[in-house]
Amino acid sequence: MNSKFSYERYSRQTLLKGFGEAGQEKLLRAKVLVIGAGGLGCPVLQYLAAAGVGTLGIVDNDTVSLSNLHRQPLYSTTDIGLFKSETAAKKLGELNPDIRFNIYNERLTSANALEILAPFDIIVDGSDNFATRYLVNDACILLDKPLVYGAVSQFEGQIAIFNFHSSNNIPAVNYRDLFPQPPKENEVLNCAEAGVLGVLPGIIGTMQANETIKLITGIGKPLINSLLTFNALNNQSYEINLHANPITRSLIPATKEDFESMNYECVCSAERSPREIDIARFDELIASSDTILIDVREPNELPVVTEFKHDRVPLSILKQALIETDAGAIVVFCQSGKRSLEAAEYLFELNNKTRNVYSLRGGILQWKQYHQKKETV
Amino acid sequence: MAVNIIIFGQLTDITGEQNLVVSDVNDTDQLITKLNKMFPAIAGAKFVIAVNKQVISENTILNNNSTIALLPPFSGG
Repeated sequence: MNSKFSYERYSRQTLLKGFGEAGQEKLLRAKVLVIGAGGLGCPVLQYLAAAGVGTLGIVDNDTVSLSNLHRQPLYSTTDIGLFKSETAAKKLGELNPDIRFNIYNERLTSANALEILAPFDIIVDGSDNFATRYLVNDACILLDKPLVYGAVSQFEGQIAIFNFHSSNNIPAVNYRDLFPQPPKENEVLNCAEAGVLGVLPGIIGTMQANETIKLITGIGKPLINSLLTFNALNNQSYEINLHANPITRSLIPATKEDFESMNYECVCSAERSPREIDIARFDELIASSDTILIDVREPNELPVVTEFKHDRVPLSILKQALIETDAGAIVVFCQSGKRSLEAAEYLFELNNKTRNVYSLRGGILQWKQYHQKKETV
Repeated sequence: MAVNIIIFGQLTDITGEQNLVVSDVNDTDQLITKLNKMFPAIAGAKFVIAVNKQVISENTILNNNSTIALLPPFSGG
């Protein structure tokens, strides 16, 4: 056994049949990149660091916020405001000082992705948006790296291994074989902030770590070319078989240059509606006395908006309510800008397209973040 | 003829149920047409269809007691 690692630290897993010291050596030599150090990324990182994966890359440019802590218990309340990548690496280094951490405190883009992914053997996707998911998928195909995919929504999670070439000559499946094109904003229901049970990314992230360890050590039957769905409410899991789809190849950039010229952010958002306005225009309208502002979120949704005067008419009752106003502009907002866009389109049609109706793009969360950052600069 | 439908993720917000039994459909195109009538919001949602645990990309014949899963994409992490 390599004298560089402590026999005692890994003794409970090297005891396992089929794992042994050979499996431990494979883990110590492995280089795994984890995209996102959030709900999924934290448990992935914790278990891979604990298991002795020799090199761990962490990509995240976000900071710890209070609303993260219910599902990201790697972080503490005192870490709020600190960078996740750096904080995670510090804590994981305390857990296992044998591990080498490569920190990428930046947002993954088509300009930097290939360079960041290249040195790693396996990529684990713990991102929280479609733009990054498609970007990571396409980059893994260009670089020919296996991708351990995980995603959550409310009470359910999905796990799969993409782009892994088995020895049986069955073509490797990727995320685009499942969902060829990113959804438009109106095709994914409700706001992205539909919520998530805190323990769920813990379960799904731990399963991603498990699949990663299986891939590295060659034990068991990893989820290659299958998608597993797990429902935390009834403990039901459902596994489906995926097949390579011939049209998929045409959707993936063929060269490094094609990849770098792709704008994933843009591909993954619906075409901008003329109803949508940015934060600057929103602030101008707030300042105007000829504007009526309406929060279309449900009554219990946080954060409460105290910064400006507004009415509250949830989208669920907006269509029954009569909005009577002489104001020059009707401006609606919600958490992320999806429901408010629906409300704006509805009100615009209702008024025979004659009134100025606007929706705040990015929602009140982005608006609050923008103004918080502005204050701290 | 009846088929069993399992609905995943936020599609259950539209259907209200995770499990449905739909009768008188011979293939997946007929099934989707019928679901669109039952739940108009389904027409605007994005999802993949798996018949007896195999993802399909074209119209597929259904048999009595086939199980059809409707899976939307998730982005959360």
